Order: sequence, then C-alpha cells, then structure tokens
Amino acid sequence: MDEHAPLSLTVPEPEVRPGGEPDFSSVKIPRAGAIRRPEVDEDPENMRDLAFGIIRVLNRDGEAVGPWAGTLSDDELRQGLEHMMTLRTYDARMMNAQRQGKTSFYMQHLGEEAVSCAFQRVLRPGDMNFPTYRQAGLLIASDYPLTTMMNQVYSNEADPLRGRQLPIMYSSKEHGFFSISGNLATQFIQAVGWAMASAISHDDKIAAAWIGDGSTAESDFHAALVFASTYKAPVVLNIVNNQWAISTFQGIARGGSGTFAARGHGFGIPALRVDGNDFLAVHAAGKWAAERARRNLGPTIVEYVTYRAGGHSTSDDPSAYRPKQESDAWPLGDPVLRLKAHLIARGLWSEERHTQLEAEVLDRVIASQKEAEAIGTLHTGRRPSARDMFEDVYAEMPPHLVAQRHQAGY
Amino acid sequence: MAHMTMIEAIQNALDISMGRDEKVVVFGEDVGYFGGVFRCTAGLQKKYGKSRCFDTPISELGIVGAAVGMAAYGLKPCVEIQFADYVYPAYDQIVSEAARLRYRSAGGFTCPLVVRMPAGGGIYGGQTHSQSPEALFTHVAGLKTVVPSTPSDAKGLLTAAIEDPDPVIFLEPKRIYNGPFDGHHDRPIVPWKKHQGGQVEEGYYKIPLGQAAIRRPGKALTVLAYGTMVHVALAAVEEAGVDAEVIDLRTLMPLDAKTIMQSVKKTGRCVIVHEATQTSGFGAELAAQVQAECFYHLEAPVTRVAGWDTPYPHSQEWDYFPGPARIIRAITGVMESVQ
Repeated sequence: MDEHAPLSLTVPEPEVRPGGEPDFSSVKIPRAGAIRRPEVDEDPENMRDLAFGIIRVLNRDGEAVGPWAGTLSDDELRQGLEHMMTLRTYDARMMNAQRQGKTSFYMQHLGEEAVSCAFQRVLRPGDMNFPTYRQAGLLIASDYPLTTMMNQVYSNEADPLRGRQLPIMYSSKEHGFFSISGNLATQFIQAVGWAMASAISHDDKIAAAWIGDGSTAESDFHAALVFASTYKAPVVLNIVNNQWAISTFQGIARGGSGTFAARGHGFGIPALRVDGNDFLAVHAAGKWAAERARRNLGPTIVEYVTYRAGGHSTSDDPSAYRPKQESDAWPLGDPVLRLKAHLIARGLWSEERHTQLEAEVLDRVIASQKEAEAIGTLHTGRRPSARDMFEDVYAEMPPHLVAQRHQAGY
Repeated sequence: MAHMTMIEAIQNALDISMGRDEKVVVFGEDVGYFGGVFRCTAGLQKKYGKSRCFDTPISELGIVGAAVGMAAYGLKPCVEIQFADYVYPAYDQIVSEAARLRYRSAGGFTCPLVVRMPAGGGIYGGQTHSQSPEALFTHVAGLKTVVPSTPSDAKGLLTAAIEDPDPVIFLEPKRIYNGPFDGHHDRPIVPWKKHQGGQVEEGYYKIPLGQAAIRRPGKALTVLAYGTMVHVALAAVEEAGVDAEVIDLRTLMPLDAKTIMQSVKKTGRCVIVHEATQTSGFGAELAAQVQAECFYHLEAPVTRVAGWDTPYPHSQEWDYFPGPARIIRAITGVMESVQ
C-alpha cells in the first residue's frame, strides 16, 4: 500500500436541486460593454480570453454600450422584437394545441428566443443553417410562413414533410433550414461538410452549425471541430448553452473545461461567449463570426449563454430535477423584455405600442392557426395519405416497395 | 406476488441485482438523479450512491465504450440508451468491441455488460423514437439479444442478462411499458396494474436466456412473435377464430429453435410477426430456419407480417404498424393455402 487514499469516482452535481433556493452566484457575468472586440483577422491565439467572458451589449438601463454595440438599425431592432414575440406566441399556441391533442409533441423556445431570431439576421440567402429542435426563430426571422410551420406540427395534408416527421422537425432548403434529424449532434459535422463544399466550389455561402450544451458530448461535435479546424471551413459553430439537457445540468457535458466555448482552443478555433438573452449581443457576435467565415478566415465557435425556461419538450416536467423558481432567478433576464426596454429607453418604443403589437402578433398567430386547422390536425381533417409513407424512401420506388404499397391497399 | 408495470419490473430487477452484487453499475443519460426519462432507474442513485448509478454526458459511444472498459475491469455495467433510435453512435463499440472482446483475446478479456434501450413504436414518436433495430444486433456474432413482452419476463430476463458472462442487448418495447397492447390503438389500454399479466414475483429470480414461451397453445398454425407483437398476435388470433399456437420468443439470440420447430412440425403452418422492417429482418432468419427444419411438415409457405420497408412515419403510424388486420389477413392466407 502506498500513502494514497483509495480512488473514488467524481460525478458533478448542480448547485441546487428541487426544494433548494436557486443560486446562480457562480455564473460570472461581466458588465455590458466590458468585453473587447478584436478584428476578425486577429490571430486566434491572441483572443483566447473571449471564450471565458460573456459579450454583453445591453446594460441594466437598457442602453447599448461597448465595442459590440451598433450592428443593427432601429427598424431591424423593432423587427427583431416582433420576431421574438411571434415565436413566443407561436410556442404558447402550439404547446396548448399539443395539450388539446391536436398534435403529438411540441418543443418550445421560452427564454431562448433571441438566439435564433437575432442570428438569422447575419445570414444571407443561400447560406445554410443546420439547426437543432430549438431554433425555429431562424424560420420566423426568414419569413417562413407560420401556417406552414403549423401544418408541419399538425401533420396535416399541407405539411410539406407529408406527415412523416415528428412535429417541429421542420425542413426548408429555400429558407436555409436543413432538415432536423431528431438524433442529437449529427448535424454539427454536416454543417462543416456543407461549408467545405462551398469552399471547394469557390462559392460565397457559409454554413451555421447548431448544437446544445448537452450534445457537445457527442462525438459528432468533436469530429466537427477537427474537420472545421483542419480545412478552415467557412462555418459558424453555434453552441446554445441553455444550462439543462433534459434533467442533466450543463456541468455533466462540460466536465473540467472552463466553458463550452473553450473547447475550441484545443483545435485552434477562435471562440466567443455571448449573452444569449441579449438580442444585440447575439447579433454582433454572430455577425463577427459570419464575417470571418465569409473572408475565408475559417470557423468560429459562439457559445450563447441562456436558460431553458420551459420543459425540454411536452414530455418533460423540469420541477422533478430543478427548483421551480430557478428560471426567475436566471441572471440574464428575459430576451423579449430586455429588447423592449432598450427600444423604450431610446424612445423608439412605448408600452402602448408594445401592447398593441402583442395583440397584433396574437391575431396573426391565431389566424394562421385557424388556417392550418381548417386543413387538419393530427387526428382530424385532411391528412397525408398512407400512400405518402412509401414515397421518398428512394428516388425511384423499388419493386418490393411497390408491392408493399399495393399490399397496404394503395 | 405484486402487480408491477414493465417499468417497475425493470427497476426492480436493477434494484435487486445492485443489492446482490456491488459490481453492478447503472448509468446513462438522465438515469441518475432523475431516474431515467421512462423512470426505469428511479431511486437507484439515492439507494446505491452516485458511484453506482449516475448521469452521463450525451454520448452513446461514451456510455457503451466506458461500459466495455468497466466490464473488462470486472464490473457488470447495465447501461441505458435513452431510445434504441439513439444507439447508432455506440454501434462500433458494440459490434467491433463488446461483441468480439472474448474472441479476440481468447478469453483473456470478457465483456459482461447489458445495453438496455426502449424500442418499437406505437407512441407517435416518429422516426427517431420508434425503431426496432433488433436485427442489427442478432446479425452480430458475440451478442445476445432479448426482447421481453411482460413485466415478469422483463424482470427475470434482465436479471439473467446482468448475470450473463457476455454482452446482452436488452430491447424494451416501450409501447407496453405501462400495459399490454392488442394493436387496436383506438381502444383504451388496460394497465399492467389491473392485468393478470402484470403479476411479478417480488424477490430474486431469473429466466434463462434462450427459452421461448408458448403464450397460447394451439394446433392449427404457429405464430412467432416477440415484444409488443406478442400481444397484438394473441388478439389477432382470437379475432381470426383460429386455434393458433402463439410463441413468444423472448430471446432472439440464442434462439429457442427446439420450441419453434416442435410447434411448426405439429401445426404445419407458420406466421412470423415483427414490427421492424421486413427486408433482412429477424423474420427472415426465422423463416429460413423453419423451412430448413420443417420443410416436410409445412402445409403452406412461411409468411411474414412486418413493418413496411420505409422509415417509421409519424402521422401514418397506424398504417405502418403491422396491426391485427394485417396479421389476420396473413393467418387467413396461410390457413387457406393448400399444398
């Protein structure tokens, strides 16, 4: 025997569990405007500090401050607010529709609306997102029709995916939204491949990869980093750190590394860490990363620090694994309220206009919902034919599938 | 005897195994504090501590690869993959490593691990929460593959799987976690708690791997099924009014060929039912073995009823699922067939 105690296994634990007082004192939040903004072509070796701070633009008074401010016009900001409000309202209606049995499943974005709604503004037509299941703001901010989204959620006859996919697993090539898999992390390396193809083809398009904090544990994430690093792929590698992977807190996936963003350093990939509830900061960081990609400077990791205020999905009850009030204690606030406060502080917005817009958005979402429900929902109205089930397995239906389709009566 | 759901029976098997043998460790995504998204590991972390039941990062490759290492050390890992549809990142670790460790080291290293995963459809889970990948495992030399159809079997078979010296793939039909399912999705289900089949012995017991169970004796034809489809087949047989013998395979590898062949030699007719896609499905193996062993006893071609050869669709779930109507049609066809 030597002098050491026997070994023991380390299993990280969140600071608080149900019944405890929410505590985010360990989340170190720099003041708005405090993080420097390097030139996009600065040597990644010299900007490792950016993976450990949090880039923030909006301060407590709703002012936009510091070197990352000023990337959006007044109109763009107002439109951004509207997109976030639309997403939130859409989510609320669809959550309710699921509870009413109009669809089988839903996943909402509550608290994370800024990430996808702001990021979409840095992309151009032809660029491609490889999203996870919590980035529908990319579609809303690219004016994808709400009714079409609902048709997909309802699996009705007008569902562009013909009822085959789980609700919210949207797909639209025209809107730069790659088909959502449902399996985690698989799309992260695919985005790198898409970006490599753009480079091989001497194109000017870039890709945006998306992943959650939990899924960075999948090998696909690490494969994506090594390929992106080796080939300097024109891709923005987005990590949405919403603190929870179903019941598992982010420390299980992060392990001993300081931040998710810092994972990029071993690959020589520059990494930003951003306040995901600050619409302006998300946009500024995304724009910076997209510019690096467009200038052929290679990939950038962007970690959005946010909080999943709702359940993982309609099948999840977060009160079983985290304090009920934890969401209220989240120190980065609510993205909608923060942008609203900013616009009001600048005299571009008012409580009255906000209330009016809320009503308009609700009307619009309800009108879309009525339109979609007039076509059908999962169990009622006009639905895709069982015949559709046999299409698109291959470009050309092989004889055995033709035979099976006949057997099925179609 | 107690009444248990299949979930409770699985939890109970894990609990008893962990209590009997401190080498048994349980881990996977959400299995620790939360007790699993289906609650199969509820309470185990609290009872046995974080070193023996813990949450993992979301890496199926990591879960199974780590389990291989632990098994090689001498522990008995029983890991959970949250849905069978998510097992593919771990496939290399299962196929190239776990399955062959004993063979390639001439017994120097072994891999007594269990990979549990909910499988099958019928829950509107779409293509990523509905698959039945059993044939991908039965095709691999070195693996054992188990699919229980009752709470009592789930407990006994899981206990046997944990004690088995080789890697076992344990597929749990999630549609019957809470109650048997006769294939009529529009009818209310009877929960296991109120069902005769929900009776489970409370203490330690195991059901040896490789033994089928005759769920309904009969003379007119043999129906081979496993998992959810055992219940669907039993209902279909009653509706068809045929004196069929329904065999629940329980373990696909090793296969209880003796029970199957005795039955088919007696009845002369065989219908095979599974939810997985038909082509190269486990039914193909069964059909091949039955025709080889029972050729001179067969009165009709061996017939398969299986999922269509498409990905598992969301809204067309009940058009995809090989329900009672299709099974009855197959039974009728086989019964009318005259050699």
